[in-house]
Amino acid sequence: MKKFLNEPSAAVDDYVTGLVGAHREILEWDCTNRVLQRREDPPFPKVGLVGGGGSGCEPTHTGFVGYGMLDAAAPGQIFTSPVPNQIVAATRRANAGRGVLHIIKNFTGEVMNFGMAQEILYFEDIQVAQVVVNDDVSIPDDGETAGRRGLGATVLVEKIAGAAAEEGRELSEVLAVAQKVIGRSGTFAVGLSSCTPPARGKPVYELAETDMDLGIGISGEPGRERVPMANAREIARLMVNEVLSDLMPKDGGDLLMLVNGMGATPHHELYLLAGELAAAAEARGACVTRQLVGNFVTSLDQAGAAVTFLELDQELKDLWDAPVQTAALRWGR
Amino acid sequence: MTTDTNLTRIDLERWILDFADQIIQQHLILSDLDAASGDADHGSNMERGMSALLKSVPDWDGAATPGEFLKDVGMHIVSSVGGSSGALYGTIFLRMARAVGGAPTISPGLLSDAFEAAAQGVSERGKVKQGDKTMFDALAPSVQTLKAKLKEEKSLSEALTSAATAAEAGRDATSDMVARKGKSSYARENSRGFIDPGAVSVAMLIRSAARTLA
Repeated sequence: MKKFLNEPSAAVDDYVTGLVGAHREILEWDCTNRVLQRREDPPFPKVGLVGGGGSGCEPTHTGFVGYGMLDAAAPGQIFTSPVPNQIVAATRRANAGRGVLHIIKNFTGEVMNFGMAQEILYFEDIQVAQVVVNDDVSIPDDGETAGRRGLGATVLVEKIAGAAAEEGRELSEVLAVAQKVIGRSGTFAVGLSSCTPPARGKPVYELAETDMDLGIGISGEPGRERVPMANAREIARLMVNEVLSDLMPKDGGDLLMLVNGMGATPHHELYLLAGELAAAAEARGACVTRQLVGNFVTSLDQAGAAVTFLELDQELKDLWDAPVQTAALRWGR
Repeated sequence: MTTDTNLTRIDLERWILDFADQIIQQHLILSDLDAASGDADHGSNMERGMSALLKSVPDWDGAATPGEFLKDVGMHIVSSVGGSSGALYGTIFLRMARAVGGAPTISPGLLSDAFEAAAQGVSERGKVKQGDKTMFDALAPSVQTLKAKLKEEKSLSEALTSAATAAEAGRDATSDMVARKGKSSYARENSRGFIDPGAVSVAMLIRSAARTLA
Protein backbone atom coordinates (compact mmCIF):
# COMPACT_ATOMS: atom_id res chain seq x y z
CA MET A 1 0.00 0.00 0.00
CA LYS A 2 1.35 3.39 -0.98
CA LYS A 3 -0.85 6.28 0.16
CA PHE A 4 -0.64 9.81 1.52
CA LEU A 5 -1.37 8.75 5.06
CA ASN A 6 -0.28 9.28 8.67
CA GLU A 7 -1.92 6.91 11.12
CA PRO A 8 -4.55 4.78 9.33
CA SER A 9 -6.87 5.30 12.31
CA ALA A 10 -6.68 9.09 11.82
CA ALA A 11 -7.35 8.98 8.07
CA VAL A 12 -10.89 10.38 8.34
CA ASP A 13 -9.95 13.21 10.73
CA ASP A 14 -6.96 14.16 8.63
CA TYR A 15 -9.12 14.24 5.50
CA VAL A 16 -11.74 16.46 7.15
CA THR A 17 -9.04 18.84 8.41
CA GLY A 18 -7.80 19.34 4.87
CA LEU A 19 -11.29 19.66 3.40
CA VAL A 20 -12.41 22.29 5.90
CA GLY A 21 -9.13 24.18 5.52
CA ALA A 22 -9.66 24.40 1.78
CA HIS A 23 -13.33 25.46 2.00
CA ARG A 24 -13.49 27.66 5.08
CA GLU A 25 -16.18 29.87 3.58
CA ILE A 26 -18.53 26.89 3.29
CA LEU A 27 -17.66 24.37 5.99
CA GLU A 28 -17.17 23.98 9.71
CA TRP A 29 -16.04 20.80 11.55
CA ASP A 30 -17.53 20.10 14.96
CA CYS A 31 -14.82 17.70 16.12
CA THR A 32 -16.54 16.92 19.44
CA ASN A 33 -19.61 15.52 17.75
CA ARG A 34 -17.83 14.59 14.50
CA VAL A 35 -20.27 16.57 12.39
CA LEU A 36 -19.41 18.54 9.28
CA GLN A 37 -21.76 21.48 8.91
CA ARG A 38 -22.66 24.49 6.87
CA ARG A 39 -20.80 27.55 8.14
CA GLU A 40 -23.36 30.12 7.04
CA ASP A 41 -26.90 29.78 8.33
CA PRO A 42 -29.55 29.96 5.61
CA PRO A 43 -31.13 33.43 5.27
CA PHE A 44 -34.44 32.09 6.62
CA PRO A 45 -35.43 28.94 8.59
CA LYS A 46 -35.67 26.03 6.18
CA VAL A 47 -36.04 22.26 6.28
CA GLY A 48 -32.69 20.73 7.22
CA LEU A 49 -30.96 17.98 5.25
CA VAL A 50 -28.62 15.46 6.85
CA GLY A 51 -26.54 12.83 5.08
CA GLY A 52 -24.15 10.35 6.55
CA GLY A 53 -22.32 7.17 5.78
CA GLY A 54 -19.01 5.43 5.74
CA SER A 55 -15.99 7.48 4.75
CA GLY A 56 -14.03 6.41 1.70
CA CYS A 57 -16.82 7.46 -0.70
CA GLU A 58 -15.76 11.10 -0.93
CA PRO A 59 -16.94 13.62 -1.84
CA THR A 60 -20.11 11.91 -0.55
CA HIS A 61 -21.36 13.25 1.87
CA THR A 62 -18.87 15.75 3.26
CA GLY A 63 -18.30 17.46 -0.08
CA PHE A 64 -22.01 18.11 -0.49
CA VAL A 65 -22.51 20.23 2.62
CA GLY A 66 -23.39 23.82 1.77
CA TYR A 67 -25.92 26.06 0.06
CA GLY A 68 -28.49 24.07 -1.91
CA MET A 69 -27.57 20.63 -0.58
CA LEU A 70 -26.84 19.30 2.93
CA ASP A 71 -26.89 21.26 6.17
CA ALA A 72 -24.82 18.68 8.02
CA ALA A 73 -23.04 15.40 7.34
CA ALA A 74 -21.97 12.64 9.71
CA PRO A 75 -18.90 10.86 8.31
CA GLY A 76 -18.26 7.39 9.74
CA GLN A 77 -15.01 5.49 9.73
CA ILE A 78 -13.83 4.06 6.40
CA PHE A 79 -16.73 2.07 4.88
CA THR A 80 -18.46 2.07 8.28
CA SER A 81 -21.62 4.01 9.00
CA PRO A 82 -21.56 6.86 11.50
CA VAL A 83 -22.66 6.15 15.06
CA PRO A 84 -26.10 7.30 16.33
CA ASN A 85 -24.62 10.11 18.46
CA GLN A 86 -23.12 11.72 15.36
CA ILE A 87 -26.40 11.51 13.48
CA VAL A 88 -28.28 13.00 16.45
CA ALA A 89 -25.80 15.89 16.67
CA ALA A 90 -25.98 16.52 12.91
CA THR A 91 -29.78 16.57 13.09
CA ARG A 92 -29.75 19.11 15.93
CA ARG A 93 -27.39 21.28 13.89
CA ALA A 94 -29.56 21.04 10.77
CA ASN A 95 -32.79 21.75 12.59
CA ALA A 96 -34.16 25.26 12.17
CA GLY A 97 -37.58 24.39 13.57
CA ARG A 98 -39.04 23.17 10.27
CA GLY A 99 -37.93 19.56 10.49
CA VAL A 100 -35.03 17.53 9.16
CA LEU A 101 -34.77 15.00 6.34
CA HIS A 102 -32.34 12.09 6.78
CA ILE A 103 -30.92 10.86 3.49
CA ILE A 104 -29.84 7.26 4.04
CA LYS A 105 -28.19 4.90 1.58
CA ASN A 106 -29.54 1.37 1.79
CA PHE A 107 -26.64 -0.30 3.55
CA THR A 108 -27.40 -2.41 6.62
CA GLY A 109 -25.17 -0.51 9.06
CA GLU A 110 -26.36 2.87 7.85
CA VAL A 111 -30.04 1.93 8.10
CA MET A 112 -29.51 0.51 11.61
CA ASN A 113 -27.56 3.48 12.96
CA PHE A 114 -29.96 6.05 11.49
CA GLY A 115 -32.73 3.90 13.00
CA MET A 116 -31.12 4.06 16.44
CA ALA A 117 -30.61 7.83 16.04
CA GLN A 118 -34.29 8.24 15.25
CA GLU A 119 -35.19 6.33 18.41
CA ILE A 120 -33.14 8.86 20.37
CA LEU A 121 -34.52 11.87 18.43
CA TYR A 122 -38.05 10.71 19.19
CA PHE A 123 -37.57 12.30 22.62
CA GLU A 124 -36.59 15.68 21.19
CA ASP A 125 -38.74 18.36 19.67
CA ILE A 126 -37.44 17.80 16.14
CA GLN A 127 -39.58 16.51 13.31
CA VAL A 128 -37.53 13.89 11.44
CA ALA A 129 -38.34 12.20 8.15
CA GLN A 130 -36.17 9.77 6.22
CA VAL A 131 -35.62 8.48 2.73
CA VAL A 132 -33.63 5.35 1.91
CA VAL A 133 -31.87 5.57 -1.44
CA ASN A 134 -31.82 2.20 -3.25
CA ASP A 135 -30.94 2.77 -6.89
CA ASP A 136 -28.57 -0.16 -7.50
CA VAL A 137 -30.19 -2.15 -10.31
CA SER A 138 -27.50 -4.87 -10.16
CA ILE A 139 -29.37 -6.45 -7.29
CA PRO A 140 -32.66 -8.20 -8.01
CA ASP A 141 -35.51 -7.13 -5.77
CA ASP A 142 -36.14 -10.70 -4.55
CA GLY A 143 -35.82 -10.44 -0.77
CA GLU A 144 -32.78 -12.75 -0.73
CA THR A 145 -30.32 -9.93 0.00
CA ALA A 146 -30.11 -6.78 2.10
CA GLY A 147 -31.79 -5.07 -0.86
CA ARG A 148 -30.68 -2.61 -3.51
CA ARG A 149 -27.82 -0.41 -2.33
CA GLY A 150 -27.87 3.35 -2.40
CA LEU A 151 -25.32 4.57 -4.94
CA GLY A 152 -25.12 7.52 -7.36
CA ALA A 153 -28.74 8.58 -6.95
CA THR A 154 -27.75 9.79 -3.48
CA VAL A 155 -26.07 12.82 -5.07
CA LEU A 156 -29.17 13.54 -7.13
CA VAL A 157 -31.46 13.21 -4.09
CA GLU A 158 -29.25 15.52 -2.04
CA LYS A 159 -29.04 18.11 -4.82
CA ILE A 160 -32.71 18.10 -5.77
CA ALA A 161 -34.18 17.82 -2.25
CA GLY A 162 -31.61 20.42 -1.17
CA ALA A 163 -32.89 22.87 -3.78
CA ALA A 164 -36.48 22.20 -2.71
CA ALA A 165 -35.58 22.94 0.91
CA GLU A 166 -33.72 26.08 -0.14
CA GLU A 167 -36.93 27.29 -1.85
CA GLY A 168 -38.66 27.13 1.53
CA ARG A 169 -40.81 24.08 0.93
CA GLU A 170 -42.26 22.12 3.86
CA LEU A 171 -40.72 18.87 5.16
CA SER A 172 -43.49 16.76 3.59
CA GLU A 173 -42.84 18.39 0.19
CA VAL A 174 -39.06 17.97 0.42
CA LEU A 175 -39.62 14.34 1.42
CA ALA A 176 -41.95 13.81 -1.55
CA VAL A 177 -39.48 15.22 -4.05
CA ALA A 178 -36.66 13.08 -2.59
CA GLN A 179 -38.86 10.00 -2.95
CA LYS A 180 -39.71 10.99 -6.50
CA VAL A 181 -35.99 11.09 -7.38
CA ILE A 182 -35.43 7.67 -5.79
CA GLY A 183 -38.38 6.19 -7.67
CA ARG A 184 -37.16 7.50 -11.00
CA SER A 185 -33.46 6.60 -10.87
CA GLY A 186 -31.25 3.56 -11.35
CA THR A 187 -27.51 2.86 -11.20
CA PHE A 188 -25.15 0.18 -12.45
CA ALA A 189 -21.43 0.04 -11.62
CA VAL A 190 -18.47 -1.77 -13.14
CA GLY A 191 -15.23 -2.34 -11.22
CA LEU A 192 -11.81 -2.66 -12.84
CA SER A 193 -9.84 -3.22 -9.64
CA SER A 194 -10.31 -3.72 -5.92
CA CYS A 195 -9.57 -0.91 -3.46
CA THR A 196 -7.20 -0.74 -0.49
CA PRO A 197 -8.71 0.39 2.83
CA PRO A 198 -5.99 2.20 4.85
CA ALA A 199 -6.45 0.08 8.00
CA ARG A 200 -6.18 -3.12 6.00
CA GLY A 201 -3.15 -2.12 3.99
CA LYS A 202 -3.84 -4.50 1.11
CA PRO A 203 -6.55 -4.83 -1.53
CA VAL A 204 -9.85 -6.38 -0.45
CA TYR A 205 -9.60 -8.91 -3.28
CA GLU A 206 -7.69 -9.57 -6.49
CA LEU A 207 -9.22 -9.01 -9.90
CA ALA A 208 -7.43 -10.51 -12.90
CA GLU A 209 -6.05 -8.05 -15.46
CA THR A 210 -8.32 -9.64 -18.07
CA ASP A 211 -11.55 -9.37 -16.03
CA MET A 212 -14.05 -6.75 -14.93
CA ASP A 213 -16.42 -6.92 -11.99
CA LEU A 214 -20.10 -6.21 -12.72
CA GLY A 215 -22.44 -4.72 -10.14
CA ILE A 216 -20.03 -3.44 -7.50
CA GLY A 217 -21.08 -1.26 -4.58
CA ILE A 218 -19.09 1.51 -2.88
CA SER A 219 -17.26 -0.21 -0.07
CA GLY A 220 -14.87 -2.57 -1.78
CA GLU A 221 -17.11 -5.61 -1.76
CA PRO A 222 -16.94 -7.77 -4.90
CA GLY A 223 -19.60 -7.35 -7.57
CA ARG A 224 -22.27 -9.66 -8.87
CA GLU A 225 -20.12 -11.43 -11.46
CA ARG A 226 -16.76 -11.30 -13.16
CA VAL A 227 -16.66 -11.29 -16.92
CA PRO A 228 -13.89 -10.76 -19.47
CA MET A 229 -12.88 -7.14 -19.97
CA ALA A 230 -14.45 -5.48 -23.02
CA ASN A 231 -13.94 -2.17 -24.83
CA ALA A 232 -15.63 1.03 -23.64
CA ARG A 233 -18.39 0.92 -26.25
CA GLU A 234 -19.41 -2.60 -25.27
CA ILE A 235 -19.21 -1.81 -21.56
CA ALA A 236 -21.35 1.31 -22.07
CA ARG A 237 -24.01 -0.70 -23.93
CA LEU A 238 -24.05 -3.26 -21.14
CA MET A 239 -24.36 -0.58 -18.42
CA VAL A 240 -27.12 1.33 -20.23
CA ASN A 241 -28.99 -1.89 -20.88
CA GLU A 242 -28.84 -2.85 -17.19
CA VAL A 243 -30.22 0.50 -15.99
CA LEU A 244 -32.75 1.33 -18.68
CA SER A 245 -34.22 -2.20 -18.78
CA ASP A 246 -34.94 -1.78 -15.10
CA LEU A 247 -35.97 1.88 -15.10
CA MET A 248 -38.05 1.68 -18.28
CA PRO A 249 -38.19 5.43 -19.00
CA LYS A 250 -40.73 6.71 -21.49
CA ASP A 251 -39.46 6.81 -25.07
CA GLY A 252 -37.90 10.17 -25.83
CA GLY A 253 -38.07 11.06 -22.14
CA ASP A 254 -35.56 13.47 -20.65
CA LEU A 255 -32.77 11.78 -18.71
CA LEU A 256 -30.17 13.12 -16.37
CA MET A 257 -27.01 11.03 -16.63
CA LEU A 258 -24.45 10.85 -13.83
CA VAL A 259 -21.20 9.16 -14.82
CA ASN A 260 -19.44 8.50 -11.57
CA GLY A 261 -15.84 7.40 -11.11
CA MET A 262 -14.94 5.04 -8.25
CA GLY A 263 -11.79 6.96 -7.32
CA ALA A 264 -8.94 5.66 -9.47
CA THR A 265 -10.31 6.14 -12.96
CA PRO A 266 -9.10 9.35 -14.61
CA HIS A 267 -11.38 11.98 -16.15
CA HIS A 268 -10.01 11.00 -19.53
CA GLU A 269 -11.65 7.59 -19.24
CA LEU A 270 -14.77 8.88 -17.48
CA TYR A 271 -15.56 11.36 -20.26
CA LEU A 272 -14.67 8.78 -22.88
CA LEU A 273 -17.15 6.43 -21.23
CA ALA A 274 -19.72 9.25 -20.82
CA GLY A 275 -19.71 9.80 -24.58
CA GLU A 276 -20.34 6.12 -25.18
CA LEU A 277 -23.01 5.94 -22.47
CA ALA A 278 -24.92 8.92 -23.86
CA ALA A 279 -24.76 7.43 -27.37
CA ALA A 280 -25.93 4.05 -26.10
CA ALA A 281 -28.84 5.64 -24.21
CA GLU A 282 -29.86 7.71 -27.22
CA ALA A 283 -29.68 4.61 -29.41
CA ARG A 284 -32.40 3.22 -27.14
CA GLY A 285 -34.64 6.22 -27.75
CA ALA A 286 -33.75 8.19 -24.62
CA CYS A 287 -32.73 11.84 -24.63
CA VAL A 288 -29.89 12.77 -22.25
CA THR A 289 -30.48 16.44 -21.45
CA ARG A 290 -28.38 16.83 -18.30
CA GLN A 291 -25.00 15.30 -17.52
CA LEU A 292 -22.66 15.24 -14.56
CA VAL A 293 -19.30 13.49 -14.99
CA GLY A 294 -16.64 13.01 -12.32
CA ASN A 295 -15.83 11.34 -9.02
CA PHE A 296 -18.87 11.82 -6.76
CA VAL A 297 -19.60 8.58 -4.90
CA THR A 298 -16.28 6.79 -4.83
CA SER A 299 -14.81 3.71 -3.25
CA LEU A 300 -11.34 4.87 -2.11
CA ASP A 301 -8.86 3.99 -4.86
CA GLN A 302 -10.99 1.54 -6.77
CA ALA A 303 -10.87 1.76 -10.56
CA GLY A 304 -14.23 1.64 -12.26
CA ALA A 305 -17.32 3.69 -13.02
CA ALA A 306 -21.04 3.75 -12.48
CA VAL A 307 -23.84 5.26 -14.50
CA THR A 308 -26.98 6.65 -12.91
CA PHE A 309 -30.00 7.70 -14.94
CA LEU A 310 -32.79 9.85 -13.55
CA GLU A 311 -35.97 10.32 -15.54
CA LEU A 312 -36.57 14.06 -15.38
CA ASP A 313 -39.73 16.10 -15.40
CA GLN A 314 -39.96 19.90 -15.33
CA GLU A 315 -39.93 20.08 -11.52
CA LEU A 316 -36.83 17.89 -11.19
CA LYS A 317 -35.08 19.72 -14.01
CA ASP A 318 -35.68 23.12 -12.37
CA LEU A 319 -34.49 21.89 -8.98
CA TRP A 320 -31.40 20.29 -10.54
CA ASP A 321 -30.54 23.56 -12.33
CA ALA A 322 -31.01 25.64 -9.16
CA PRO A 323 -27.85 27.16 -7.64
CA VAL A 324 -25.60 25.08 -5.43
CA GLN A 325 -22.43 25.94 -3.54
CA THR A 326 -20.61 23.06 -1.87
CA ALA A 327 -17.01 21.89 -1.88
CA ALA A 328 -17.66 19.34 -4.62
CA LEU A 329 -20.59 20.73 -6.59
CA ARG A 330 -21.04 24.34 -7.49
CA TRP A 331 -23.00 26.27 -10.08
CA GLY A 332 -25.29 29.24 -10.49
CA ARG A 333 -23.98 31.13 -7.49
CA MET B 1 -30.44 -25.05 39.49
CA THR B 2 -27.56 -23.89 41.64
CA THR B 3 -28.18 -20.68 43.48
CA ASP B 4 -24.72 -20.08 44.90
CA THR B 5 -23.34 -18.71 41.63
CA ASN B 6 -25.02 -15.31 41.50
CA LEU B 7 -22.94 -12.97 39.38
CA THR B 8 -21.79 -9.52 40.45
CA ARG B 9 -20.74 -6.51 38.46
CA ILE B 10 -17.10 -7.57 39.05
CA ASP B 11 -17.81 -10.88 37.29
CA LEU B 12 -19.29 -9.02 34.32
CA GLU B 13 -16.24 -6.76 34.17
CA ARG B 14 -14.00 -9.83 34.05
CA TRP B 15 -16.08 -11.15 31.15
CA ILE B 16 -16.00 -7.92 29.16
CA LEU B 17 -12.26 -7.41 29.70
CA ASP B 18 -11.57 -10.97 28.54
CA PHE B 19 -13.77 -10.50 25.47
CA ALA B 20 -12.09 -7.19 24.63
CA ASP B 21 -8.68 -8.87 24.85
CA GLN B 22 -9.80 -11.67 22.54
CA ILE B 23 -11.12 -9.22 19.96
CA ILE B 24 -7.99 -7.09 20.05
CA GLN B 25 -5.77 -10.14 19.61
CA GLN B 26 -7.83 -11.63 16.80
CA HIS B 27 -9.18 -8.62 14.93
CA LEU B 28 -7.10 -9.27 11.82
CA ILE B 29 -8.58 -12.75 11.50
CA LEU B 30 -12.10 -11.28 11.81
CA SER B 31 -11.39 -8.73 9.08
CA ASP B 32 -9.90 -11.37 6.81
CA LEU B 33 -13.05 -13.48 7.20
CA ASP B 34 -15.09 -10.38 6.38
CA ALA B 35 -13.01 -9.85 3.22
CA ALA B 36 -14.33 -13.16 1.86
CA SER B 37 -17.70 -11.63 1.04
CA GLY B 38 -18.11 -8.41 3.00
CA ASP B 39 -16.03 -5.26 3.27
CA ALA B 40 -13.22 -6.51 5.48
CA ASP B 41 -13.88 -4.26 8.46
CA HIS B 42 -15.57 -6.36 11.16
CA GLY B 43 -12.29 -6.88 13.02
CA SER B 44 -11.05 -3.31 12.79
CA ASN B 45 -14.47 -1.96 13.85
CA MET B 46 -14.67 -4.24 16.86
CA GLU B 47 -11.04 -3.58 17.72
CA ARG B 48 -11.70 0.17 17.71
CA GLY B 49 -14.66 -0.28 20.05
CA MET B 50 -12.86 -2.62 22.43
CA SER B 51 -9.76 -0.40 22.60
CA ALA B 52 -12.00 2.56 23.42
CA LEU B 53 -13.74 0.44 26.05
CA LEU B 54 -10.42 -0.58 27.65
CA LYS B 55 -9.33 3.06 27.75
CA SER B 56 -12.47 3.84 29.73
CA VAL B 57 -11.70 1.27 32.46
CA PRO B 58 -10.45 3.90 34.96
CA ASP B 59 -13.81 5.68 34.67
CA TRP B 60 -15.89 2.60 35.43
CA ASP B 61 -18.14 3.27 38.36
CA GLY B 62 -17.43 0.71 41.09
CA ALA B 63 -20.85 1.36 42.60
CA ALA B 64 -22.75 0.66 39.41
CA THR B 65 -25.18 -2.25 39.42
CA PRO B 66 -24.69 -5.08 36.91
CA GLY B 67 -27.49 -3.54 34.82
CA GLU B 68 -25.91 -0.08 34.82
CA PHE B 69 -22.57 -1.61 33.88
CA LEU B 70 -24.09 -3.51 30.94
CA LYS B 71 -25.83 -0.34 29.76
CA ASP B 72 -22.54 1.58 29.88
CA VAL B 73 -20.84 -1.12 27.83
CA GLY B 74 -23.68 -1.02 25.31
CA MET B 75 -23.60 2.77 24.97
CA HIS B 76 -19.85 2.70 24.64
CA ILE B 77 -20.00 0.19 21.80
CA VAL B 78 -22.83 1.99 20.00
CA SER B 79 -20.89 5.25 20.13
CA SER B 80 -17.48 3.93 19.08
CA VAL B 81 -17.90 0.98 16.72
CA GLY B 82 -20.32 2.19 14.03
CA GLY B 83 -21.59 0.01 11.20
CA SER B 84 -23.91 -2.91 11.79
CA SER B 85 -21.59 -4.48 14.37
CA GLY B 86 -21.87 -1.34 16.53
CA ALA B 87 -25.66 -1.31 16.37
CA LEU B 88 -25.95 -5.07 16.94
CA TYR B 89 -23.39 -5.43 19.74
CA GLY B 90 -24.83 -2.30 21.32
CA THR B 91 -28.25 -3.91 21.15
CA ILE B 92 -26.91 -7.10 22.81
CA PHE B 93 -25.67 -5.24 25.89
CA LEU B 94 -28.51 -2.70 26.09
CA ARG B 95 -31.12 -5.46 25.95
CA MET B 96 -29.21 -7.47 28.58
CA ALA B 97 -29.15 -4.36 30.77
CA ARG B 98 -32.88 -3.91 30.34
CA ALA B 99 -33.55 -7.56 31.25
CA VAL B 100 -31.32 -7.41 34.32
CA GLY B 101 -32.87 -4.16 35.52
CA GLY B 102 -31.78 -2.95 38.95
CA ALA B 103 -30.94 -6.41 40.33
CA PRO B 104 -27.91 -6.24 42.67
CA THR B 105 -26.65 -9.63 41.45
CA ILE B 106 -27.56 -11.88 38.53
CA SER B 107 -28.86 -15.39 39.12
CA PRO B 108 -28.22 -18.03 36.41
CA GLY B 109 -31.88 -17.80 35.44
CA LEU B 110 -31.69 -14.04 35.07
CA LEU B 111 -28.50 -14.35 33.02
CA SER B 112 -30.26 -16.75 30.70
CA ASP B 113 -33.21 -14.32 30.40
CA ALA B 114 -30.78 -11.52 29.63
CA PHE B 115 -29.11 -13.53 26.87
CA GLU B 116 -32.53 -14.40 25.49
CA ALA B 117 -33.45 -10.71 25.41
CA ALA B 118 -30.14 -9.98 23.64
CA ALA B 119 -30.87 -12.58 20.95
CA GLN B 120 -34.37 -11.19 20.52
CA GLY B 121 -32.89 -7.69 20.16
CA VAL B 122 -30.42 -8.79 17.49
CA SER B 123 -33.20 -10.50 15.58
CA GLU B 124 -35.34 -7.33 15.68
CA ARG B 125 -32.62 -4.76 14.99
CA GLY B 126 -31.04 -6.77 12.18
CA LYS B 127 -34.36 -8.24 10.95
CA VAL B 128 -32.60 -11.63 10.91
CA LYS B 129 -33.63 -15.20 11.53
CA GLN B 130 -31.57 -18.37 11.85
CA GLY B 131 -30.05 -19.43 8.56
CA ASP B 132 -29.40 -15.88 7.27
CA LYS B 133 -25.66 -16.38 7.93
CA THR B 134 -25.19 -13.72 10.60
CA MET B 135 -24.09 -13.47 14.22
CA PHE B 136 -27.59 -14.66 15.12
CA ASP B 137 -26.68 -18.17 13.93
CA ALA B 138 -24.15 -18.42 16.76
CA LEU B 139 -26.17 -16.46 19.30
CA ALA B 140 -29.55 -18.20 19.00
CA PRO B 141 -28.39 -21.82 19.57
CA SER B 142 -26.12 -20.77 22.44
CA VAL B 143 -29.02 -19.06 24.19
CA GLN B 144 -31.28 -22.08 23.61
CA THR B 145 -28.58 -24.37 25.04
CA LEU B 146 -27.97 -22.15 28.06
CA LYS B 147 -31.66 -22.17 28.85
CA ALA B 148 -32.03 -25.93 28.36
CA LYS B 149 -28.99 -26.82 30.47
CA LEU B 150 -30.14 -24.62 33.34
CA LYS B 151 -33.56 -26.24 33.14
CA GLU B 152 -31.82 -29.61 33.51
CA GLU B 153 -30.33 -28.15 36.70
CA LYS B 154 -26.78 -28.16 35.39
CA SER B 155 -24.35 -25.76 37.05
CA LEU B 156 -23.89 -22.32 35.50
CA SER B 157 -20.35 -23.28 34.58
CA GLU B 158 -21.50 -26.41 32.77
CA ALA B 159 -24.41 -24.57 31.11
CA LEU B 160 -22.20 -21.74 29.83
CA THR B 161 -19.59 -24.20 28.55
CA SER B 162 -22.29 -26.06 26.61
CA ALA B 163 -23.65 -22.72 25.36
CA ALA B 164 -20.17 -21.77 24.09
CA THR B 165 -19.86 -25.10 22.31
CA ALA B 166 -23.29 -24.53 20.75
CA ALA B 167 -22.22 -21.04 19.65
CA GLU B 168 -19.13 -22.50 18.02
CA ALA B 169 -21.18 -25.16 16.24
CA GLY B 170 -23.56 -22.40 15.07
CA ARG B 171 -20.56 -20.37 13.94
CA ASP B 172 -19.16 -23.28 11.93
CA ALA B 173 -22.56 -24.02 10.40
CA THR B 174 -22.61 -20.56 8.81
CA SER B 175 -19.96 -21.80 6.40
CA ASP B 176 -22.53 -23.76 4.41
CA MET B 177 -25.06 -20.93 4.36
CA VAL B 178 -25.76 -18.28 1.76
CA ALA B 179 -25.87 -14.79 3.30
CA ARG B 180 -29.24 -13.03 3.13
CA LYS B 181 -28.43 -9.98 5.26
CA GLY B 182 -25.73 -7.34 5.29
CA LYS B 183 -23.12 -6.65 2.64
CA SER B 184 -22.23 -10.36 2.35
CA SER B 185 -25.70 -11.00 0.94
CA TYR B 186 -24.60 -9.33 -2.30
CA ALA B 187 -22.07 -12.12 -2.81
CA ARG B 188 -24.99 -14.60 -2.88
CA GLU B 189 -23.67 -18.13 -3.68
CA ASN B 190 -20.11 -16.85 -3.35
CA SER B 191 -20.73 -16.20 0.34
CA ARG B 192 -20.95 -19.98 0.80
CA GLY B 193 -17.79 -21.69 2.04
CA PHE B 194 -16.83 -18.94 4.48
CA ILE B 195 -17.69 -18.59 8.14
CA ASP B 196 -19.56 -15.40 9.06
CA PRO B 197 -17.26 -13.03 10.98
CA GLY B 198 -20.10 -11.82 13.23
CA ALA B 199 -20.79 -15.43 14.22
CA VAL B 200 -17.08 -15.80 15.04
CA SER B 201 -17.02 -12.79 17.34
CA VAL B 202 -20.27 -13.85 19.05
CA ALA B 203 -18.84 -17.33 19.65
CA MET B 204 -15.86 -15.56 21.25
CA LEU B 205 -18.24 -13.57 23.44
CA ILE B 206 -19.96 -16.71 24.74
CA ARG B 207 -16.72 -18.70 25.13
CA SER B 208 -15.38 -15.76 27.08
CA ALA B 209 -18.47 -15.84 29.32
CA ALA B 210 -17.93 -19.57 29.94
CA ARG B 211 -14.33 -18.88 30.89
CA THR B 212 -15.00 -15.96 33.24
CA LEU B 213 -18.53 -16.19 34.62
CA ALA B 214 -18.40 -19.46 36.49
